[in-house]
Amino acid sequence: MRHNNKTLLTLSLAALSTAALGVTSSASAATLDEVTSRGELQCGVNVGLSGFSSPDENGNWQGLDVETCRAISAAIFGDADKVVFTPLTAKERFTALQSGEIDVLSRNTTWTATRDNSLGLNFTTTTFYDGQGFMVAKDLGVESLEDLNGASICIQSGTTHELNLADYFPAKGIDINTVTFDTPDQTASGFASGRCDVLTSDTSQLSALRLQLPEPDSVEILTDLISKEPLGPVVAQGDDQWFDIVKWTVFAMVNAEELGITSDNAEQMKNDPPNPQVARLLGVDGTYGEQLGLSNDWAYNIVSQVGNYGEVFADTVGENSPLGISRGMNALWNEGGILYAPPIR
Amino acid sequence: MSTPPIERTPLWRRPAFRALIIQALLLAGLAALIAMMIGNALTNLEARGITTGFDFLGERAGFSIPQTLIDYSGDSSYARTFVVGLLNTLLVSGLGILAATLIGFAVGIARLSPNWLLARLAAAFVETFRNIPLLVQILFWYFAVLQALPSPRQSLSLLEAFFLNVRGLIVPAPVPEPGFGLTQLALVAAILAVVALGVYARRLQQRTGKALPVYWLGSALIIGLPLLVFVASGSPLSWDVPSLKGFNFSGGITVIPELMALWLALSIYTASFIAEIVRSGIQSVPKGQIEASRAIGLPGNITLRKVVIPQAMRVIVPQLTSQYLNLIKNSSLATAIGYPDLVAVFAGTSLNQTGQAIEIIAMTMAVYLTISLVVSALMNVYNARTLLKER
Repeated sequence: MRHNNKTLLTLSLAALSTAALGVTSSASAATLDEVTSRGELQCGVNVGLSGFSSPDENGNWQGLDVETCRAISAAIFGDADKVVFTPLTAKERFTALQSGEIDVLSRNTTWTATRDNSLGLNFTTTTFYDGQGFMVAKDLGVESLEDLNGASICIQSGTTHELNLADYFPAKGIDINTVTFDTPDQTASGFASGRCDVLTSDTSQLSALRLQLPEPDSVEILTDLISKEPLGPVVAQGDDQWFDIVKWTVFAMVNAEELGITSDNAEQMKNDPPNPQVARLLGVDGTYGEQLGLSNDWAYNIVSQVGNYGEVFADTVGENSPLGISRGMNALWNEGGILYAPPIR
Repeated sequence: MSTPPIERTPLWRRPAFRALIIQALLLAGLAALIAMMIGNALTNLEARGITTGFDFLGERAGFSIPQTLIDYSGDSSYARTFVVGLLNTLLVSGLGILAATLIGFAVGIARLSPNWLLARLAAAFVETFRNIPLLVQILFWYFAVLQALPSPRQSLSLLEAFFLNVRGLIVPAPVPEPGFGLTQLALVAAILAVVALGVYARRLQQRTGKALPVYWLGSALIIGLPLLVFVASGSPLSWDVPSLKGFNFSGGITVIPELMALWLALSIYTASFIAEIVRSGIQSVPKGQIEASRAIGLPGNITLRKVVIPQAMRVIVPQLTSQYLNLIKNSSLATAIGYPDLVAVFAGTSLNQTGQAIEIIAMTMAVYLTISLVVSALMNVYNARTLLKER
């Protein structure tokens, strides 16, 4: 924790000195050139949130947010593994991006007007549609948010959840006490030790944190949601090409799912495209990669090395993962969800 | 006797004048450098689309804080968040300084005790708490001690009025009723009377050599007078006793565990340093002073109070000042356990929600600098008073 605070301070000072001394940072320079010459992508991720970004037993980062960065790396280098992950707390994340410490922030970050418009950042697109939910111990007999009067709520500081709480409960006349922590782990241990009755966060995070509890079955996640939480990768303002690369990397993954291209059949489809859309996406036809400043097989590299959106979702947070989150809103637009990527043409 | 003609040195050859010019140039250069840095920062922030300025202070903060000494809600402004954080920092620093001083003096004096066991225990206290990093101690008190307490339903209770659980210490809150003002007035009057008594007693002693039992008389006045008025006016005070309702205790005053953990850790850690300072201060008083005091027949406690301590204070106070300053600055480790101090709520959450790192970090640094300078100034005044008066 002291490490985190130190990092925050260092980042703030770095931001201060880069700003003060007039060093042109990566934000206004061509980020792509910088990343290519460095030979690796600097990606900011969560310090540890299973399903989104957490290191496995071998120290390799895993999760939906991690795969997004690997996809960007595949698009740029043709190699998904040229990524250096920087774990950041909620409080550190924006400063790290502003100061040019990282090239892209892929850290379950909610897209809001203030963050997009006043922090010198740009939200590219949404990789996960989420909402703020509540987790309580089953034996408390809580059925809805109306039952939470007088409860203590554990929450992570520096998040939109803090703001949502202060909007929602006073308006309903429900009295609550908030207890704030720095990282998801501390928040969960505060909940586990009984410092608070309720744990609130994005429902996806709650599913992940629940698995870390000593007895996951003793708690339940309420069905009430109090906010919209679109999560997605963020870049610094001032480099349109870089913004496009990150945005279209995600679009390529979603389009690949829609077109039925998977990591298994990508090569076969590239050699023998079944239709023009597939041919365009995989770089057999057209110069869509070059338009972004990349090679034309950029999307092929993404899908063959990382997978399409559906595969990544299933492996990290969905049916093949311990979290088992259903696609819901995050299904494709033609399958009942709201995931809709602009066409490649 | 004729005075020799004064030889006028040209202005530019006078050392004082040249020094002045050099210093002025240096100052101007420094000012220009700072102005350039500020200008550059503003231009670059503008170019990157990052909002600057202090307008955010008037905006709605929109998040709640677990412990506030003044009225605060999610609708309050960031300026109020700043004040809440500042007061919480001052609260834990004030409590910490008080406790650290008391414990420190007690342990420091105990270390010099002729009682072997007491001296060894005090030494063990100092060596243990001085040599474990403060952050580890804070985490120990918070996670290992206070988070291991039972849940609200299984609270440890004393007389069904004081409760201790994982959510903190809940104590009855005094509720003044009409007429309680008289008791408060009586307390003020008693304090004034004690001050007057002290002055009178000193003059009496200087004039006649007779010593009044000021300590006992004063205690009797301070406790007795308000108590008498309180009972006479019909005990106009009731207690709001906490009781378990729903999830939590309602009523009473809750001391949150984050405050308790931070206070304990800061007090004990700093006390271990103060103990050493007190010990070295006392040992710096020449042995001859004590022997002389005994020789003229002064009893042990008078020797300590009137001979040893006044001389030891000269050595103690400057070092004590730096310990107080350390404690205030160390209180910013609060953020590790979520105590809502200035760094946690203002340089943490507010910074994150507004993204205005430069303004907020600058304000926070200015606050710590101001607090430290004020404490330092106060201690310097006290130090000047305890200095050896050479006649």
